[in-house]
Amino acid sequence: MAEFFQQVVAGLATGSIFAALALALVLIHRATGVINFAQGEMAMFTTYIAWTLIENHGVNEWLAFGLTLVIAFGLGLGLQRVVIRPIERAPLLTTVIVTIGLVLIFNGLASLIWSAEVRAFPSPFPNDTWEIGGVAISQQDVGTFLTVLVLVALLWAFFQFTKVGLALRASALNPDASRLVGVRVGWMLAIGWGLAAMLGAAAGMLTAPTVFLDPNMMQAVLIYAFAAAVLGGIDSPFGAVAGGLMLGVGLNLIGTYIDFVGAGLRLPVALLIILVVLLVKPSGLFGKPITRRV
Amino acid sequence: MKRSDLTGVGLFVLAAAAILLLPRFVSDFRAQQFAYVGIYFIALLGLNVLTGYTGLISLGHGAFMAIGGYTTAILVSDQGLKLGSHTFSADVKDIWTIPLAGLVAGLIGFAFGFPALRLTGLYLALATFAIAVAMPGLLKYDRFEQFTGGGGGINLFESDARTRPLETTDPITFETVAEPIRFLGVEISSFNEWLYYLSWALALVMLAIAWFLLRGRTGRSFRAIRDSELAAASSGVNLATYKTLAFGISAFYAGVAGSLLAIATTFVNPDTYPITLSIFLLVGVVVGGLGSLWPLVFGAIFIQFLPLWAQEVSKAQGAPAVVYGVILILVMIMLPGGAAGLIRRLHSLTSRGYHRGR
Repeated sequence: MAEFFQQVVAGLATGSIFAALALALVLIHRATGVINFAQGEMAMFTTYIAWTLIENHGVNEWLAFGLTLVIAFGLGLGLQRVVIRPIERAPLLTTVIVTIGLVLIFNGLASLIWSAEVRAFPSPFPNDTWEIGGVAISQQDVGTFLTVLVLVALLWAFFQFTKVGLALRASALNPDASRLVGVRVGWMLAIGWGLAAMLGAAAGMLTAPTVFLDPNMMQAVLIYAFAAAVLGGIDSPFGAVAGGLMLGVGLNLIGTYIDFVGAGLRLPVALLIILVVLLVKPSGLFGKPITRRV
Repeated sequence: MKRSDLTGVGLFVLAAAAILLLPRFVSDFRAQQFAYVGIYFIALLGLNVLTGYTGLISLGHGAFMAIGGYTTAILVSDQGLKLGSHTFSADVKDIWTIPLAGLVAGLIGFAFGFPALRLTGLYLALATFAIAVAMPGLLKYDRFEQFTGGGGGINLFESDARTRPLETTDPITFETVAEPIRFLGVEISSFNEWLYYLSWALALVMLAIAWFLLRGRTGRSFRAIRDSELAAASSGVNLATYKTLAFGISAFYAGVAGSLLAIATTFVNPDTYPITLSIFLLVGVVVGGLGSLWPLVFGAIFIQFLPLWAQEVSKAQGAPAVVYGVILILVMIMLPGGAAGLIRRLHSLTSRGYHRGR
């Protein structure tokens, strides 16, 4: 039983990282219908910026964390303005392909600037465990989980209680009507990209201490986040968080308790389960059923 | 036949002639690269039937290519595959496995079409992506190792069934002699040229088939589904039939392309068909033009040659990826409709005056 709880806690920690990135995907998808393939690489890139701040400029870890979030926001905002805006009217798939181009650029830039070698990334949390009733709980895991939880709560409050948040929701829901009442929809989309990049940066900085920093570190995480977002319902922020946590815990339990599933088959098995879920609920667990008009 | 059809046929013949003559003017190495363009072209044709015409996004076509490639590899090399008492290896020439590979992939694609009926948009994209992600793991899985060769893969031409286009048996002396193959006055003198002609001959046939399929009722139904499923269904298009059909056709094309890729690389392993292949196929379709046929050649050229060009620009670690990404984004910003969009625009420019009525 102790092992079970240990796996669940560890699963919640990795799951919260999936949740953060999945939420980033959902934010952009809700506003524009685009899946941003570059979300993971943007996260990786900003994590490198954090690393540079800490290692080369001696910035305190928490300060670097905050600074990086701000930088990531600027990066996301700028990307939307420079790269995504020119193709607003193009078919959706064109935009998706552009984000694939961004994947290549960020991945290449990271190896160009920082070289592809694997680096250790400092964690703001102590590398200790708490013993609670025979269950060893890693403080790292708890810290990761709580950080994401706080970020998500802040984001929710931002969307719910501020004027910009209201405008963001309005322009995602009905861009034309929002434009009519004076919401600058173009800038709202850019802010959406900025917020998504911020969430991604947090996910990256929380991933790096355990998997180490290298240009490909977020690729697997992105696949999991994509799966989590779809599992929860690609249009549901709550679904993204719930999907991420369920996926994190599920993956850990599958790996521990089902023998024939080794490390190689963990992802395929997880995806298979998600497929089965989707076949029963085609718009995800928490997504609204799609209704269409001709 | 409509007049536009006649011009189509004329252009097709011209293109065939150009393809026939091209190897005379380029090196053997280039011939091999152009062979790969032909292979990608076939895969893109298939993906476009699904994504461009029917509106179903697939991020997993690399997996269907893998199925085709492994079918060929297992049939050609000695993997002990038996049907009754018949062992396949050693008497199946590699090119005869190509249609079989297409069929196997096509059937699996068709079968996959049924669960996929319930999914749309990104949910379908994830489902197909899941196949692409799972495929390398499945191919490496211990229990299938006997057939798939596990992580090491299969070397196609260890056995006697290998392709020897250059060696024929002399009917008088019964000695094997090296002799170039002559076909329509063209001399095929190397494996690469043989590969080139094989893949492009197939590419042209597949292009013609796709054109015939899509110009009639089937194509109309596909496009109707793409534009509005509900409207299509209410006009009497059977969604289930046509969506699964689109998956089947599309996977058939991917299987043929995968089989050719296996022959071209002379071996298959799980990394021959990585996840990135599926993604770059989608890139190729969009660069060529969604819902187009022959302009997909440009998409195929793009995904085959751009990585090579990018490496010539700079070999520093990471630099080729940056170059590739920047060019990809610029192309998409300048040509959001891909090559086909550009061609359409040029066409409407030139025919704006008195040609307009046609």
